[in-house]
Amino acid sequence: MDKVLSQYTNLQFVEYAMKNDVSVEVESSAIAVRQRAHGLIAKSPHEMVRDLFDRIENLPNIKQVRPTDTGLIMVRGKVGGDGARFNLGELPLTRAALRIDGGQVGIGYVAGRNSDHAELAALADAMVQSETWGGVLEEKVLVPLADAVRDKKTENGRKAAATKVDFFTMVRTRKEK
Amino acid sequence: MTAALSLQDIQPGFADPVYDAQRIFRRLMDAMARPGRIVDIDADIVPPVPGLEGLSAIALTLLDFETPVYLPRGEIGEALSGWLRFHCGCPVTTDPQEAVFAILSVTELLPISAFNSGDPKYPDRSTTLLLACPALEGGKHVSLTGPGIKEAAHIAPSGIPDSFWNEVMGDRSQFQLGVDIIMGTSNAVIGLPRTTRINEES
Repeated sequence: MDKVLSQYTNLQFVEYAMKNDVSVEVESSAIAVRQRAHGLIAKSPHEMVRDLFDRIENLPNIKQVRPTDTGLIMVRGKVGGDGARFNLGELPLTRAALRIDGGQVGIGYVAGRNSDHAELAALADAMVQSETWGGVLEEKVLVPLADAVRDKKTENGRKAAATKVDFFTMVRTRKEK
Repeated sequence: MTAALSLQDIQPGFADPVYDAQRIFRRLMDAMARPGRIVDIDADIVPPVPGLEGLSAIALTLLDFETPVYLPRGEIGEALSGWLRFHCGCPVTTDPQEAVFAILSVTELLPISAFNSGDPKYPDRSTTLLLACPALEGGKHVSLTGPGIKEAAHIAPSGIPDSFWNEVMGDRSQFQLGVDIIMGTSNAVIGLPRTTRINEES
């Protein structure tokens, strides 16, 4: 009887955990969508992002919530999982916050001092939250950027693969002797 | 307190943070150097709480990440909290002793003794009160004496309970400790630094 009860309790727990996981996922997926958009734009070169945005007709009107500004952040590092944190160095960072027509507020943080780049990241962050603009952004900006990132990765992988040295040849030769 | 900000309702702050803050700071210095004088504050902002233009501009000018701020409870505090955290990056505290600045409205005053009156070694670490008044005229008359005032100045901010003036007088008796007070409406302020002595007029 005890066993059955404990199994039952476990089952209930699993069910509860699954339900909770699902709800957590739903909430975090909205964040993940914003993170992906922001990451793609912040990590891509400014000229490429600007060029893609220029191809969109009728961008939403924007109003700045806070003037775009540049500051320094301290990048901290850690050696291994248990090392003490140390200051690696300072990094210039530009941030922007703006509101688009539908009322969505986007924020953008970009390494460097390019305020236009930060504003584009903020604009994308606002657009990705909007039902009207999310599709346009995905099609015209995010997909090309993701393709570019993937191509770059493949290219780098190909270049690296070309320099690969096969050490097994030497081992095999030695064995045969 | 560390909950994520809801950015959807955040209103813009200063259009030009550097010049606007310098302009307001200059006015504030005048107000503190000449206690009792009504100094105009032309705050060109839309604060989250209507009627708090002047004090909100002062808050934007003075607050930063090193200055915990005490806010009134309820809707006013909540609206100000998000706005100030976004624009100034200041921590919001519920402990008046910890607050470097406190924004208060005359309808929701705390006893002055609840706030930090500084340390004998560091009297500058006391709380500065930003007090929102309905008007700077038309209330009970008090006269002010002290540095920055020739003979005596007279003010009559409205909506301030008698008990508040008694508390201020009590607070002044522990000089060099004590709180500094800035009374403000939407477009003007009066500075009452701790050096100013207050006498009730009959």
